[in-house]
Amino acid sequence: MGGFTRRQFLKIGGAAAGAAALGGGLTTRWFGLDGDPVDDPGTDGDRVVPSFCELCFWKCGILAHVKDGRVTKITGNPAHPLSRGRLCPRGTGGIGLLYDPDRLKKPMIRREKRGQQEFQEVSWEAALDYTAEAMLRIREKHGPEAMALYSHGYGGSWFKHLLKAYGSANIAAPSYAQCRGPREVAFQLTFGSTVGSPENLDLDHSRAIALIGSHLGENMHNTQVQDFSRAIDRGASLIVVDPRYSTAAGKARWWLPIKPGTDLALLLAWMHVLIEEGLYDRDYVEKYTVGFDRLKAHVADKTPEWAFTRTTIRPEVIVETARALGGARPAALVHPGRHVVWYGDDTQRSRAIAILNALLGSWGRKGGFFIPQALSLPSYPYTKYAYHPKAPPDAPKNSVYPLADEVLASGLCMASIPGTAAYDVKGWLVYGTNLIQALPQPDVVQKAIQALDFIAVVDVLPMEIVGWADVVLPEATYLERCDEIDAPPWREPFAAVRQPVVEPMYDSKPGWWIARELALRLGLKDYFPWKDSVEYAMHRVHGAGLSCDEMRRTGVIRGPRVPVYFEDGLEPSFATPSGKIEIWSQRMEEAGIGGLPDYTPPEEPPPGMFRLLFGRAPMHTFGRTSNNRFLASVERGNELWLNARIATELGLRSGEMVVCVNQDGVRSEPLPLKATERIRPDCVYLVHGYGHDAKGLSFARGRGASDSRLVTRVRVDPAMGGTGMNVNFVRVERAA
Amino acid sequence: MTPRYAMVVDTRRCVACKACVLACKAENQVPDGFCRDWLVEEVRGRFPNLSAENRSERCNHCGHPPCVSACPTGASHVAEGGVVLVTHHKCTGCKACIAACPYDSRYVHPEGHVDKCTFCLHRVQEGRQPACVEVCPTECLHFGDLSDPDSEVSRLLATRTWKVLHPETGCEPNVYFLK
Repeated sequence: MGGFTRRQFLKIGGAAAGAAALGGGLTTRWFGLDGDPVDDPGTDGDRVVPSFCELCFWKCGILAHVKDGRVTKITGNPAHPLSRGRLCPRGTGGIGLLYDPDRLKKPMIRREKRGQQEFQEVSWEAALDYTAEAMLRIREKHGPEAMALYSHGYGGSWFKHLLKAYGSANIAAPSYAQCRGPREVAFQLTFGSTVGSPENLDLDHSRAIALIGSHLGENMHNTQVQDFSRAIDRGASLIVVDPRYSTAAGKARWWLPIKPGTDLALLLAWMHVLIEEGLYDRDYVEKYTVGFDRLKAHVADKTPEWAFTRTTIRPEVIVETARALGGARPAALVHPGRHVVWYGDDTQRSRAIAILNALLGSWGRKGGFFIPQALSLPSYPYTKYAYHPKAPPDAPKNSVYPLADEVLASGLCMASIPGTAAYDVKGWLVYGTNLIQALPQPDVVQKAIQALDFIAVVDVLPMEIVGWADVVLPEATYLERCDEIDAPPWREPFAAVRQPVVEPMYDSKPGWWIARELALRLGLKDYFPWKDSVEYAMHRVHGAGLSCDEMRRTGVIRGPRVPVYFEDGLEPSFATPSGKIEIWSQRMEEAGIGGLPDYTPPEEPPPGMFRLLFGRAPMHTFGRTSNNRFLASVERGNELWLNARIATELGLRSGEMVVCVNQDGVRSEPLPLKATERIRPDCVYLVHGYGHDAKGLSFARGRGASDSRLVTRVRVDPAMGGTGMNVNFVRVERAA
Repeated sequence: MTPRYAMVVDTRRCVACKACVLACKAENQVPDGFCRDWLVEEVRGRFPNLSAENRSERCNHCGHPPCVSACPTGASHVAEGGVVLVTHHKCTGCKACIAACPYDSRYVHPEGHVDKCTFCLHRVQEGRQPACVEVCPTECLHFGDLSDPDSEVSRLLATRTWKVLHPETGCEPNVYFLK
């Protein structure tokens, strides 16, 4: 090393003297006289591009740092109201997706039987021609409605538009019938509005929060976790109802380790206490609701003692927690959850949650549910859809799910098995959703796929579903493309742009381009008049009177703050048939399900078996991120949670490899056992999204076990067709 | 006043999501298989009477750093604000510091030198927060100067119950955990 100047010497000496004064009595050697630079790892970008994330569906604002053409890191965009400069682990992990060596690199056409994962690389020209010809054949032979689109992720908008232009309304996402559907229906019926996504929860200001199976913290919805944490910091009373001692339960004043499948009994007992003790919001209920008297009679005998024998939650705890909620109202909320397809009576359970919130007077109130506001952006003008599509065939023949308000992914899958529904689905276009893991009953899914005339998959990674495709269209990642503007209803209106950070790698193409090229080949050019997605997005921004320059520079434009609570002068209104909050629902009554939620006991696990429960880990979004090496660097694959006492009885030890065998004899992949005090003795738990077997996922393949494989049974919600999945039982065996 | 940098971790707010670990890895180009910060989820009790504590842990930038005393080459040293750093070119990778550290916060970088948390001093010198603090979605990490009684970290320690890890070693650690 070269020498140091006198000036540097003085600086070092000064620092050392200060440190020595603090440290006291240490030797002097530790300040290193030949210069100790503070290393800068140099990950700040030469360019910083604001955009929004696609590692999950929350769409947080990000800043992508680019140096020498490479994305070095992704940080939160402080200007974006969903990230506020902070990110969940996945947000940072976008680099692991962009630079995943397993990415789909070239368009491919199938060579062997479907599912064999044998492909030939082809040109885009050839892949697009092949796809368009197959779609034209289907339209000619069976009509456009025989083509279905499954879509998950924000780039799917281009393909939804394409399918509508083509003439089909059969557009579905597993995020409805396999996830949040019952909740949407229940809140729509009760309040005339869904909770949306991001949900309109005002957790930030809540003074009492009840989570029913929601494992916030393991379930990382960035803004929601931020708000949740602030509520904890402010001393909100937290009630966590979960058979498992979740991360959230670890923060709770009350953990209610409820018997799985009995939540509705607890919810009814809470209503009973709120009404009996006069803790509900009388004014609010009188002014804004219908059906309260019926509810009062309905829950008159749903005492805490009654609920205790069903839920195993002690009566005094039920009373205490009901009082905590009632005492904090209206800044109290019972969280509606997100993945709520559990037992087949999920619309009823979600209705009970909605009704409780009505009793607490929390809808439209600070600390409850705010009334979200959105920026309105005019659409890009294009030719009107000229079709009158047939109703989706997503229920079994001659039956109907009377309250479904979106198309059922599971239903379209069933309809692909010839003769089972009103008409057959013959072709699938799959965008960004790994149906093999996202849909239950894998054997049904495979049977459906084998019966198809055609299946094309647009994806970034070679997920399992890709292995079943006739044509594979490799999409560029969210960091390489521009998509639709995001302007969801929220606490404050805003609009955000996704902009390309770097050029698409390999021979991948952005979704908007793929959809447009298909449209050109399908004779649907007039529906895609834009030059590219940037022109499309900026046209909408400009049309709304917003600055395109500002949008590009900051990634987000925030609208003026508007009232979001009734107490701030927002006029209460409810888009229900009665114009009021419907505690008693005529539509549920007419559908034969019951105007008020009723408890039905769950099936008991057979002797020696445990109810299979699954959930999420904070660094993963379903199975979509399990090949992300960067994210996986902070986890060790999934484990099977089993009650410690039961494990001892079975002679199993933590860490040893076990398999689950379900009621139909289906065996899981081996996974390590986690013998723990953190779960009830009657159920087991694992994180969803592992146990991949796709050849191309060189990292995720063979890691952990897949819960989806074990979900061979579902209980379908008669209200809206959701597939209740927590109805499978497993026994646990030492792996051979 | 010479600054005395410290970190305060609010265990009540932390959800152990590991965003801090990944943000650090990206910011500091931490090689595969290593990390400079990590999560400890401690659950105590028997079903159903349990309690939990989540801690985002890292180098404690001790007031009496045994790693610095143990370092034969002077690579491990105390820099501005009491931050303990390792000068890469002076480090021979002898691991004496790793043996001396009660917190297991150091590892040998594949390039041969020892590596650890720097409190992101390169950012702090520019007036920015460490990467882990900036990213944390629960705002459970607080970084600042303990020599300033009005700093956030000073106020948190003055008003909340806290602990440090292994106080018995006499290292005077500077990562504090709020209960």
